[in-house]
Amino acid sequence: MLELDKINAGYGRAQILRDLTLRVAPGEILCLLGRNGAGKTTTMKAIMGLLPLMSGAVRLDGKEISALPAHKVAGCGVGYIPQGRRLFGELSVAQNLELGLRAGGCGPEVLEDSLDLFPRLRERMGQRAQTLSGGEQQMLATARALCLKPRVLLLDEPTEGLQPSMIAAIRDVIAVMRDRGVGILLVEQRVDAVLSVADRVAFIENGRNLETLDAEALRRDHSLITRHLGV
Amino acid sequence: MDFGPYLMLASLEGAVTAAVLALTAIGLSLVFGVMRVVNVAHGEFFMLGAVLAWWVASHVGGPPALGFIVALAIAPLAVGGLAALADMTVLKRVNYDPERTIVATIGILYILQQVTLMTYGPEARPVEPPFNTRLALPWFEWGENGFQIYWPWGLSTTSYKLFVIGAAAAVLIGVWILMARTRIGLLMRATQLDREMALAFGIPVERVYATVFGLGGALAALGAVLIVPTQQAHYLMGGDPLLLSFIVVIIGGLGSLPGTVAAAILIGLSDGIISVFFSPMLAKILATMLVALVLVFRPQGLFGSGEK
Repeated sequence: MLELDKINAGYGRAQILRDLTLRVAPGEILCLLGRNGAGKTTTMKAIMGLLPLMSGAVRLDGKEISALPAHKVAGCGVGYIPQGRRLFGELSVAQNLELGLRAGGCGPEVLEDSLDLFPRLRERMGQRAQTLSGGEQQMLATARALCLKPRVLLLDEPTEGLQPSMIAAIRDVIAVMRDRGVGILLVEQRVDAVLSVADRVAFIENGRNLETLDAEALRRDHSLITRHLGV
Repeated sequence: MDFGPYLMLASLEGAVTAAVLALTAIGLSLVFGVMRVVNVAHGEFFMLGAVLAWWVASHVGGPPALGFIVALAIAPLAVGGLAALADMTVLKRVNYDPERTIVATIGILYILQQVTLMTYGPEARPVEPPFNTRLALPWFEWGENGFQIYWPWGLSTTSYKLFVIGAAAAVLIGVWILMARTRIGLLMRATQLDREMALAFGIPVERVYATVFGLGGALAALGAVLIVPTQQAHYLMGGDPLLLSFIVVIIGGLGSLPGTVAAAILIGLSDGIISVFFSPMLAKILATMLVALVLVFRPQGLFGSGEK
Protein backbone atom coordinates (compact mmCIF):
# COMPACT_ATOMS: atom_id res chain seq x y z
CA MET A 1 0.00 0.00 0.00
CA LEU A 2 1.46 3.35 -1.09
CA GLU A 3 0.17 6.27 0.93
CA LEU A 4 0.75 9.96 0.40
CA ASP A 5 -0.23 11.69 3.59
CA LYS A 6 -0.90 15.42 3.19
CA ILE A 7 2.29 16.13 1.30
CA ASN A 8 3.43 19.66 0.50
CA ALA A 9 6.23 20.00 -2.00
CA GLY A 10 7.57 22.26 -4.73
CA TYR A 11 10.57 23.66 -6.50
CA GLY A 12 12.47 26.06 -4.30
CA ARG A 13 9.93 28.51 -2.96
CA ALA A 14 7.29 27.73 -5.59
CA GLN A 15 4.97 25.32 -3.87
CA ILE A 16 3.18 22.92 -6.22
CA LEU A 17 1.58 20.24 -4.05
CA ARG A 18 -0.71 21.28 -1.23
CA ASP A 19 -1.84 18.72 1.35
CA LEU A 20 -2.09 16.08 -1.34
CA THR A 21 -3.33 12.71 -0.10
CA LEU A 22 -3.45 9.54 -2.18
CA ARG A 23 -3.60 5.80 -1.53
CA VAL A 24 -2.70 3.07 -3.97
CA ALA A 25 -3.60 -0.44 -2.84
CA PRO A 26 -1.77 -3.53 -4.10
CA GLY A 27 -3.31 -4.80 -7.32
CA GLU A 28 -5.02 -1.51 -8.03
CA ILE A 29 -4.57 1.07 -10.78
CA LEU A 30 -5.08 4.58 -9.52
CA CYS A 31 -5.16 7.16 -12.25
CA LEU A 32 -4.17 10.74 -11.63
CA LEU A 33 -6.12 13.19 -13.75
CA GLY A 34 -5.69 16.91 -13.88
CA ARG A 35 -4.96 19.77 -16.19
CA ASN A 36 -1.48 20.77 -17.29
CA GLY A 37 0.44 22.08 -14.32
CA ALA A 38 -1.86 20.46 -11.78
CA GLY A 39 1.11 18.70 -10.20
CA LYS A 40 0.92 15.17 -11.61
CA THR A 41 4.61 14.79 -12.51
CA THR A 42 5.57 16.67 -9.34
CA THR A 43 3.64 14.08 -7.32
CA MET A 44 5.70 11.30 -8.86
CA LYS A 45 8.98 13.11 -8.23
CA ALA A 46 7.95 13.74 -4.64
CA ILE A 47 7.27 10.02 -4.16
CA MET A 48 10.71 9.18 -5.58
CA GLY A 49 12.34 11.62 -3.15
CA LEU A 50 13.59 13.79 -6.01
CA LEU A 51 11.87 16.80 -4.48
CA PRO A 52 12.20 17.56 -0.78
CA LEU A 53 8.88 17.49 1.06
CA MET A 54 7.95 20.62 2.98
CA SER A 55 5.65 18.55 5.16
CA GLY A 56 3.69 15.34 5.09
CA ALA A 57 4.90 11.82 4.51
CA VAL A 58 5.04 9.14 1.84
CA ARG A 59 4.68 5.62 3.20
CA LEU A 60 5.08 2.26 1.53
CA ASP A 61 3.52 -0.58 3.51
CA GLY A 62 3.79 1.55 6.60
CA LYS A 63 7.47 2.43 6.07
CA GLU A 64 8.13 6.13 5.70
CA ILE A 65 10.08 6.26 2.43
CA SER A 66 10.04 10.06 2.37
CA ALA A 67 12.47 9.97 5.31
CA LEU A 68 15.03 8.05 3.22
CA PRO A 69 17.66 9.60 0.94
CA ALA A 70 16.41 9.65 -2.67
CA HIS A 71 18.62 6.79 -3.85
CA LYS A 72 17.15 4.41 -1.29
CA VAL A 73 13.54 4.81 -2.47
CA ALA A 74 13.88 2.56 -5.52
CA GLY A 75 15.31 -0.22 -3.36
CA CYS A 76 12.10 -0.27 -1.32
CA GLY A 77 10.26 -1.42 -4.44
CA VAL A 78 9.16 1.72 -6.24
CA GLY A 79 9.61 1.53 -10.00
CA TYR A 80 9.49 4.85 -11.84
CA ILE A 81 8.71 5.19 -15.54
CA PRO A 82 9.10 8.91 -16.11
CA GLN A 83 7.61 11.12 -18.73
CA GLY A 84 9.74 11.18 -21.87
CA ARG A 85 11.27 7.79 -20.87
CA ARG A 86 14.59 9.27 -19.75
CA LEU A 87 16.66 6.24 -20.58
CA PHE A 88 20.42 6.27 -20.13
CA GLY A 89 20.70 6.93 -23.85
CA GLU A 90 24.37 6.19 -24.43
CA LEU A 91 24.23 2.94 -22.49
CA SER A 92 23.11 -0.31 -24.04
CA VAL A 93 19.72 -1.91 -23.47
CA ALA A 94 21.40 -4.54 -21.29
CA GLN A 95 23.13 -1.88 -19.19
CA ASN A 96 19.90 0.04 -18.67
CA LEU A 97 18.27 -3.14 -17.44
CA GLU A 98 21.28 -3.99 -15.30
CA LEU A 99 20.88 -0.66 -13.49
CA GLY A 100 17.26 -1.59 -12.81
CA LEU A 101 18.26 -4.98 -11.44
CA ARG A 102 20.92 -3.38 -9.28
CA ALA A 103 18.42 -0.88 -7.87
CA GLY A 104 16.19 -3.70 -6.61
CA GLY A 105 18.98 -6.09 -5.73
CA CYS A 106 17.42 -8.59 -8.13
CA GLY A 107 18.95 -11.53 -9.91
CA PRO A 108 18.82 -12.76 -13.52
CA GLU A 109 15.44 -14.48 -13.05
CA VAL A 110 13.78 -11.04 -12.72
CA LEU A 111 15.53 -9.92 -15.91
CA GLU A 112 14.23 -13.01 -17.71
CA ASP A 113 10.74 -12.28 -16.49
CA SER A 114 10.87 -8.66 -17.70
CA LEU A 115 12.21 -9.76 -21.06
CA ASP A 116 9.39 -12.31 -21.38
CA LEU A 117 6.97 -9.40 -21.09
CA PHE A 118 8.88 -7.43 -23.75
CA PRO A 119 10.40 -10.06 -26.06
CA ARG A 120 11.44 -7.39 -28.56
CA LEU A 121 14.07 -6.10 -26.18
CA ARG A 122 15.78 -9.48 -26.21
CA GLU A 123 16.98 -8.92 -29.77
CA ARG A 124 18.25 -5.45 -28.93
CA MET A 125 20.32 -6.12 -25.80
CA GLY A 126 23.61 -4.83 -27.20
CA GLN A 127 22.11 -1.78 -28.90
CA ARG A 128 22.43 1.71 -27.47
CA ALA A 129 19.16 2.80 -25.88
CA GLN A 130 18.96 6.05 -27.86
CA THR A 131 18.97 4.16 -31.17
CA LEU A 132 15.72 2.33 -30.34
CA SER A 133 12.39 3.39 -31.83
CA GLY A 134 10.01 5.37 -29.63
CA GLY A 135 7.91 2.35 -28.77
CA GLU A 136 10.93 0.22 -27.97
CA GLN A 137 12.28 2.99 -25.76
CA GLN A 138 9.04 3.00 -23.82
CA MET A 139 9.27 -0.77 -23.50
CA LEU A 140 12.81 -0.43 -22.19
CA ALA A 141 11.82 2.27 -19.71
CA THR A 142 9.05 0.00 -18.46
CA ALA A 143 11.26 -3.10 -18.36
CA ARG A 144 13.95 -1.13 -16.51
CA ALA A 145 11.43 -0.34 -13.76
CA LEU A 146 10.13 -3.94 -13.72
CA CYS A 147 13.70 -5.17 -13.21
CA LEU A 148 13.71 -3.89 -9.65
CA LYS A 149 10.70 -6.11 -8.89
CA PRO A 150 8.49 -3.22 -7.84
CA ARG A 151 5.69 -3.32 -5.34
CA VAL A 152 4.50 0.00 -6.72
CA LEU A 153 4.86 1.30 -10.26
CA LEU A 154 4.69 4.98 -11.16
CA LEU A 155 3.89 5.56 -14.82
CA ASP A 156 3.99 9.09 -16.17
CA GLU A 157 2.23 9.27 -19.54
CA PRO A 158 3.53 5.93 -20.77
CA THR A 159 1.62 5.99 -24.04
CA GLU A 160 2.49 9.55 -25.11
CA GLY A 161 3.32 9.68 -28.80
CA LEU A 162 3.12 5.93 -29.43
CA GLN A 163 1.40 4.04 -32.20
CA PRO A 164 -1.75 2.04 -31.23
CA SER A 165 -0.04 -1.38 -31.24
CA MET A 166 2.59 -0.13 -28.82
CA ILE A 167 -0.04 1.43 -26.59
CA ALA A 168 -1.80 -1.93 -26.45
CA ALA A 169 1.43 -3.73 -25.58
CA ILE A 170 2.20 -1.33 -22.75
CA ARG A 171 -1.36 -1.52 -21.47
CA ASP A 172 -1.26 -5.33 -21.44
CA VAL A 173 1.86 -5.27 -19.29
CA ILE A 174 0.27 -2.80 -16.90
CA ALA A 175 -2.68 -5.18 -16.53
CA VAL A 176 -0.33 -8.12 -15.94
CA MET A 177 1.45 -6.22 -13.19
CA ARG A 178 -1.83 -5.28 -11.56
CA ASP A 179 -2.90 -8.92 -11.56
CA ARG A 180 0.36 -9.77 -9.84
CA GLY A 181 -0.55 -7.45 -7.01
CA VAL A 182 1.55 -4.44 -7.93
CA GLY A 183 0.04 -1.09 -7.00
CA ILE A 184 0.04 1.25 -10.00
CA LEU A 185 -0.12 5.01 -10.06
CA LEU A 186 -0.78 6.14 -13.60
CA VAL A 187 -0.69 9.63 -15.07
CA GLU A 188 -2.44 9.75 -18.40
CA GLN A 189 -3.81 12.59 -20.49
CA ARG A 190 -6.18 10.67 -22.71
CA VAL A 191 -9.45 10.12 -20.90
CA ASP A 192 -10.49 7.06 -22.93
CA ALA A 193 -7.18 5.38 -22.08
CA VAL A 194 -7.74 6.15 -18.42
CA LEU A 195 -11.24 4.72 -18.36
CA SER A 196 -10.20 1.49 -20.03
CA VAL A 197 -7.63 0.55 -17.39
CA ALA A 198 -8.19 2.50 -14.17
CA ASP A 199 -9.80 1.10 -11.03
CA ARG A 200 -10.06 4.50 -9.38
CA VAL A 201 -9.43 8.01 -10.62
CA ALA A 202 -8.07 10.85 -8.49
CA PHE A 203 -8.66 14.34 -9.81
CA ILE A 204 -6.20 17.00 -8.75
CA GLU A 205 -6.11 20.72 -9.37
CA ASN A 206 -3.42 23.21 -8.39
CA GLY A 207 -1.71 20.51 -6.36
CA ARG A 208 -4.81 19.77 -4.25
CA ASN A 209 -7.12 16.78 -4.15
CA LEU A 210 -10.47 17.37 -5.77
CA GLU A 211 -12.27 14.08 -5.65
CA THR A 212 -11.37 10.42 -5.97
CA LEU A 213 -13.93 8.30 -7.76
CA ASP A 214 -14.34 4.72 -8.88
CA ALA A 215 -13.64 4.40 -12.56
CA GLU A 216 -16.90 2.52 -12.86
CA ALA A 217 -18.82 5.66 -11.91
CA LEU A 218 -16.98 7.67 -14.56
CA ARG A 219 -17.60 5.08 -17.21
CA ARG A 220 -21.32 5.40 -16.48
CA ASP A 221 -21.36 9.17 -16.33
CA HIS A 222 -18.90 11.02 -18.56
CA SER A 223 -20.16 14.40 -17.43
CA LEU A 224 -18.21 13.94 -14.16
CA ILE A 225 -14.97 14.12 -16.14
CA THR A 226 -15.97 17.26 -17.98
CA ARG A 227 -16.91 18.87 -14.72
CA HIS A 228 -13.58 18.13 -13.03
CA LEU A 229 -11.29 18.79 -15.93
CA GLY A 230 -13.25 21.67 -17.34
CA VAL A 231 -12.59 20.58 -20.92
CA MET B 1 72.72 17.88 -37.15
CA ASP B 2 70.01 18.40 -39.73
CA PHE B 3 66.34 19.04 -39.29
CA GLY B 4 65.08 15.46 -38.91
CA PRO B 5 66.88 14.51 -35.71
CA TYR B 6 65.90 17.82 -34.15
CA LEU B 7 62.27 17.18 -34.97
CA MET B 8 62.49 13.73 -33.42
CA LEU B 9 63.99 15.15 -30.25
CA ALA B 10 61.33 17.84 -30.04
CA SER B 11 58.58 15.28 -30.63
CA LEU B 12 59.90 13.11 -27.81
CA GLU B 13 59.92 16.05 -25.42
CA GLY B 14 56.43 16.89 -26.63
CA ALA B 15 55.28 13.32 -26.08
CA VAL B 16 56.38 13.50 -22.43
CA THR B 17 54.43 16.73 -22.01
CA ALA B 18 51.46 15.19 -23.79
CA ALA B 19 51.51 12.10 -21.56
CA VAL B 20 51.43 14.06 -18.32
CA LEU B 21 48.97 16.55 -19.75
CA ALA B 22 46.63 13.74 -20.80
CA LEU B 23 46.57 12.38 -17.24
CA THR B 24 45.92 15.78 -15.71
CA ALA B 25 43.31 16.79 -18.27
CA ILE B 26 41.46 13.47 -18.14
CA GLY B 27 40.93 14.09 -14.42
CA LEU B 28 39.50 17.54 -15.13
CA SER B 29 37.37 16.19 -17.97
CA LEU B 30 35.98 13.35 -15.85
CA VAL B 31 35.00 15.75 -13.08
CA PHE B 32 33.34 18.12 -15.51
CA GLY B 33 31.65 15.34 -17.47
CA VAL B 34 30.09 13.49 -14.55
CA MET B 35 29.58 16.31 -12.05
CA ARG B 36 29.34 19.40 -14.28
CA VAL B 37 31.82 21.02 -11.91
CA VAL B 38 34.53 23.32 -13.25
CA ASN B 39 37.35 22.49 -10.88
CA VAL B 40 39.64 25.51 -10.70
CA ALA B 41 41.65 23.81 -7.93
CA HIS B 42 42.69 20.99 -10.27
CA GLY B 43 46.20 22.43 -10.76
CA GLU B 44 46.71 22.47 -6.99
CA PHE B 45 45.98 18.75 -6.81
CA PHE B 46 48.75 18.39 -9.39
CA MET B 47 51.06 20.54 -7.30
CA LEU B 48 50.22 18.60 -4.13
CA GLY B 49 51.06 15.37 -5.92
CA ALA B 50 54.52 16.71 -6.77
CA VAL B 51 55.16 18.11 -3.29
CA LEU B 52 53.97 14.91 -1.63
CA ALA B 53 56.20 12.92 -3.97
CA TRP B 54 59.18 14.95 -2.76
CA TRP B 55 58.11 14.55 0.86
CA VAL B 56 57.64 10.79 0.58
CA ALA B 57 60.82 10.27 -1.44
CA SER B 58 62.91 12.26 1.05
CA HIS B 59 61.51 10.33 4.02
CA VAL B 60 61.89 6.89 2.54
CA GLY B 61 65.49 5.80 2.73
CA GLY B 62 67.24 3.39 0.42
CA PRO B 63 67.72 3.66 -3.31
CA PRO B 64 65.87 6.44 -5.21
CA ALA B 65 63.73 3.85 -6.96
CA LEU B 66 62.18 2.76 -3.67
CA GLY B 67 61.24 6.30 -2.63
CA PHE B 68 59.80 6.95 -6.06
CA ILE B 69 57.68 3.80 -6.10
CA VAL B 70 56.30 4.56 -2.63
CA ALA B 71 55.54 8.13 -3.75
CA LEU B 72 53.83 6.79 -6.87
CA ALA B 73 51.49 4.80 -4.65
CA ILE B 74 50.95 7.21 -1.75
CA ALA B 75 50.74 10.67 -3.37
CA PRO B 76 47.76 9.94 -5.69
CA LEU B 77 45.93 8.11 -2.89
CA ALA B 78 46.45 10.96 -0.43
CA VAL B 79 45.50 13.67 -2.93
CA GLY B 80 42.49 11.63 -4.09
CA GLY B 81 41.36 11.26 -0.50
CA LEU B 82 41.77 14.98 0.08
CA ALA B 83 39.80 15.77 -3.08
CA ALA B 84 36.98 13.42 -2.05
CA LEU B 85 36.93 15.14 1.33
CA ALA B 86 36.77 18.56 -0.35
CA ASP B 87 33.82 17.31 -2.38
CA MET B 88 31.91 16.09 0.65
CA THR B 89 32.65 19.08 2.87
CA VAL B 90 32.51 21.93 0.34
CA LEU B 91 31.01 21.13 -3.06
CA LYS B 92 28.12 19.10 -1.64
CA ARG B 93 27.26 22.00 0.67
CA VAL B 94 26.85 24.39 -2.25
CA ASN B 95 24.65 21.83 -4.03
CA TYR B 96 27.03 21.66 -7.03
CA ASP B 97 25.61 24.96 -8.21
CA PRO B 98 27.76 25.89 -11.26
CA GLU B 99 28.70 29.43 -10.22
CA ARG B 100 29.20 28.67 -6.57
CA THR B 101 31.41 25.64 -7.25
CA ILE B 102 33.73 27.86 -9.29
CA VAL B 103 34.07 30.29 -6.39
CA ALA B 104 34.43 27.39 -3.94
CA THR B 105 37.18 25.72 -5.96
CA ILE B 106 39.02 29.04 -6.29
CA GLY B 107 38.93 29.11 -2.49
CA ILE B 108 40.28 25.55 -2.33
CA LEU B 109 43.02 26.59 -4.78
CA TYR B 110 44.29 29.35 -2.49
CA ILE B 111 43.99 27.27 0.67
CA LEU B 112 46.05 24.44 -0.81
CA GLN B 113 48.60 26.81 -2.32
CA GLN B 114 49.13 28.90 0.81
CA VAL B 115 49.20 25.92 3.17
CA THR B 116 51.89 24.42 0.95
CA LEU B 117 53.83 27.68 1.04
CA MET B 118 53.59 27.81 4.83
CA THR B 119 54.65 24.20 5.37
CA TYR B 120 56.78 23.17 2.40
CA GLY B 121 58.18 26.61 1.72
CA PRO B 122 58.98 28.55 -1.43
CA GLU B 123 61.89 26.38 -2.57
CA ALA B 124 61.82 24.22 -5.66
CA ARG B 125 62.97 20.74 -4.76
CA PRO B 126 63.93 17.87 -7.02
CA VAL B 127 62.98 14.22 -6.79
CA GLU B 128 65.57 11.79 -8.03
CA PRO B 129 64.34 9.63 -10.89
CA PRO B 130 64.34 5.89 -10.16
CA PHE B 131 66.42 5.24 -13.25
CA ASN B 132 67.80 7.64 -15.76
CA THR B 133 69.96 5.96 -18.33
CA ARG B 134 70.90 8.07 -21.30
CA LEU B 135 69.79 6.41 -24.49
CA ALA B 136 71.41 7.51 -27.72
CA LEU B 137 68.94 7.64 -30.58
CA PRO B 138 69.74 6.57 -34.09
CA TRP B 139 69.00 8.53 -37.22
CA PHE B 140 69.24 7.47 -40.83
CA GLU B 141 70.32 9.08 -44.04
CA TRP B 142 70.60 8.33 -47.70
CA GLY B 143 74.27 8.72 -48.30
CA GLU B 144 76.62 7.56 -51.07
CA ASN B 145 76.42 4.09 -49.62
CA GLY B 146 72.61 4.09 -49.70
CA PHE B 147 70.53 3.79 -46.57
CA GLN B 148 72.49 3.92 -43.37
CA ILE B 149 71.79 4.37 -39.69
CA TYR B 150 74.03 6.48 -37.51
CA TRP B 151 74.01 7.98 -34.02
CA PRO B 152 74.20 11.78 -34.29
CA TRP B 153 75.99 13.52 -31.45
CA GLY B 154 73.58 14.93 -28.86
CA LEU B 155 70.54 13.04 -30.09
CA SER B 156 69.43 11.22 -26.99
CA THR B 157 66.66 10.78 -24.49
CA THR B 158 66.53 9.10 -21.11
CA SER B 159 64.96 5.82 -20.12
CA TYR B 160 62.89 7.70 -17.55
CA LYS B 161 61.19 9.87 -20.17
CA LEU B 162 60.20 6.80 -22.12
CA PHE B 163 58.87 5.31 -18.89
CA VAL B 164 56.68 8.40 -18.31
CA ILE B 165 55.10 8.00 -21.74
CA GLY B 166 54.51 4.29 -21.19
CA ALA B 167 53.15 4.72 -17.66
CA ALA B 168 50.74 7.46 -18.72
CA ALA B 169 49.46 5.32 -21.60
CA ALA B 170 48.93 2.40 -19.20
CA VAL B 171 46.99 4.57 -16.74
CA LEU B 172 44.83 6.00 -19.54
CA ILE B 173 43.98 2.48 -20.67
CA GLY B 174 43.16 1.71 -17.06
CA VAL B 175 40.78 4.69 -16.87
CA TRP B 176 39.13 3.57 -20.10
CA ILE B 177 38.61 0.05 -18.74
CA LEU B 178 37.25 1.50 -15.52
CA MET B 179 34.68 3.60 -17.38
CA ALA B 180 33.70 1.09 -20.03
CA ARG B 181 33.96 -2.28 -18.33
CA THR B 182 33.37 -2.00 -14.59
CA ARG B 183 30.29 -1.50 -12.46
CA ILE B 184 31.49 1.70 -10.84
CA GLY B 185 32.16 2.99 -14.36
CA LEU B 186 28.59 2.13 -15.33
CA LEU B 187 27.27 4.02 -12.31
CA MET B 188 29.46 7.02 -13.21
CA ARG B 189 28.21 7.07 -16.79
CA ALA B 190 24.59 6.69 -15.73
CA THR B 191 25.04 9.60 -13.30
CA GLN B 192 26.64 11.66 -16.07
CA LEU B 193 23.77 10.95 -18.48
CA ASP B 194 20.88 11.71 -16.12
CA ARG B 195 21.50 12.53 -12.48
CA GLU B 196 17.86 12.48 -11.48
CA MET B 197 17.11 9.11 -13.06
CA ALA B 198 20.31 7.75 -11.53
CA LEU B 199 18.88 8.69 -8.13
CA ALA B 200 15.51 7.19 -9.05
CA PHE B 201 17.29 3.93 -9.85
CA GLY B 202 19.12 3.65 -6.60
CA ILE B 203 22.53 5.02 -7.60
CA PRO B 204 24.14 6.74 -4.60
CA VAL B 205 24.94 9.87 -6.59
CA GLU B 206 26.68 11.61 -3.70
CA ARG B 207 29.11 8.74 -3.31
CA VAL B 208 29.66 8.61 -7.07
CA TYR B 209 30.47 12.34 -7.01
CA ALA B 210 32.97 11.97 -4.16
CA THR B 211 34.59 9.06 -6.01
CA VAL B 212 34.82 10.96 -9.28
CA PHE B 213 36.24 14.07 -7.64
CA GLY B 214 38.75 11.94 -5.77
CA LEU B 215 39.67 10.10 -8.95
CA GLY B 216 40.16 13.41 -10.78
CA GLY B 217 42.49 14.67 -8.06
CA ALA B 218 44.37 11.36 -7.97
CA LEU B 219 44.96 11.43 -11.74
CA ALA B 220 46.37 14.97 -11.53
CA ALA B 221 48.62 13.90 -8.66
CA LEU B 222 49.76 10.85 -10.58
CA GLY B 223 50.74 13.02 -13.54
CA ALA B 224 52.70 15.24 -11.18
CA VAL B 225 54.56 12.34 -9.54
CA LEU B 226 55.59 11.14 -12.99
CA ILE B 227 56.86 14.54 -14.10
CA VAL B 228 58.50 15.72 -10.89
CA PRO B 229 61.82 13.86 -11.50
CA THR B 230 62.30 15.88 -14.69
CA GLN B 231 61.01 19.16 -13.25
CA GLN B 232 60.98 20.23 -9.62
CA ALA B 233 58.28 20.44 -6.96
CA HIS B 234 57.25 24.01 -6.24
CA TYR B 235 54.18 25.51 -4.60
CA LEU B 236 53.27 27.58 -7.68
CA MET B 237 53.67 24.78 -10.23
CA GLY B 238 49.89 24.18 -10.48
CA GLY B 239 49.14 27.15 -12.73
CA ASP B 240 50.50 25.82 -16.02
CA PRO B 241 48.89 22.37 -15.83
CA LEU B 242 45.57 24.00 -14.94
CA LEU B 243 45.68 26.33 -17.94
CA LEU B 244 46.85 23.58 -20.30
CA SER B 245 44.26 21.13 -18.96
CA PHE B 246 41.48 23.62 -19.59
CA ILE B 247 42.81 24.25 -23.09
CA VAL B 248 42.89 20.51 -23.76
CA VAL B 249 39.45 19.84 -22.29
CA ILE B 250 37.87 22.66 -24.29
CA ILE B 251 39.53 21.65 -27.55
CA GLY B 252 38.70 17.99 -27.01
CA GLY B 253 35.10 18.66 -26.11
CA LEU B 254 33.88 19.06 -22.53
CA GLY B 255 33.38 15.69 -20.91
CA SER B 256 34.60 13.65 -23.89
CA LEU B 257 37.41 11.36 -22.73
CA PRO B 258 38.71 10.31 -26.19
CA GLY B 259 38.62 13.98 -27.23
CA THR B 260 40.62 14.95 -24.16
CA VAL B 261 43.33 12.41 -24.92
CA ALA B 262 43.52 13.42 -28.58
CA ALA B 263 43.70 17.11 -27.67
CA ALA B 264 46.38 16.41 -25.04
CA ILE B 265 48.52 14.71 -27.68
CA LEU B 266 47.93 17.58 -30.12
CA ILE B 267 48.73 20.30 -27.59
CA GLY B 268 51.59 18.40 -25.93
CA LEU B 269 53.35 17.59 -29.20
CA SER B 270 52.91 21.03 -30.68
CA ASP B 271 54.09 22.55 -27.39
CA GLY B 272 57.25 20.44 -27.51
CA ILE B 273 57.97 21.07 -31.16
CA ILE B 274 57.20 24.81 -31.18
CA SER B 275 59.15 25.32 -27.94
CA VAL B 276 62.23 23.72 -29.44
CA PHE B 277 62.14 25.46 -32.81
CA PHE B 278 60.71 28.83 -31.80
CA SER B 279 59.88 29.72 -28.22
CA PRO B 280 57.79 28.28 -25.38
CA MET B 281 55.85 31.56 -25.32
CA LEU B 282 54.79 31.13 -28.94
CA ALA B 283 53.60 27.60 -28.11
CA LYS B 284 51.30 28.95 -25.39
CA ILE B 285 50.06 31.75 -27.65
CA LEU B 286 49.16 29.30 -30.40
CA ALA B 287 47.44 26.92 -27.99
CA THR B 288 45.35 29.70 -26.53
CA MET B 289 44.51 30.94 -30.02
CA LEU B 290 43.41 27.45 -30.97
CA VAL B 291 41.02 27.48 -28.01
CA ALA B 292 39.57 30.77 -29.20
CA LEU B 293 39.10 29.36 -32.70
CA VAL B 294 37.50 26.18 -31.37
CA LEU B 295 35.16 28.20 -29.20
CA VAL B 296 34.11 30.34 -32.16
CA PHE B 297 33.79 27.68 -34.85
CA ARG B 298 33.13 24.48 -32.94
CA PRO B 299 31.98 25.32 -29.42
CA GLN B 300 31.27 21.70 -28.54
CA GLY B 301 34.95 20.86 -29.10
CA LEU B 302 36.55 18.71 -31.76
CA PHE B 303 35.10 15.50 -30.33
CA GLY B 304 32.08 16.89 -28.48
CA SER B 305 28.67 15.49 -29.31
CA GLY B 306 27.10 18.93 -29.64
CA GLU B 307 23.53 18.75 -28.43
CA LYS B 308 22.82 18.29 -24.71
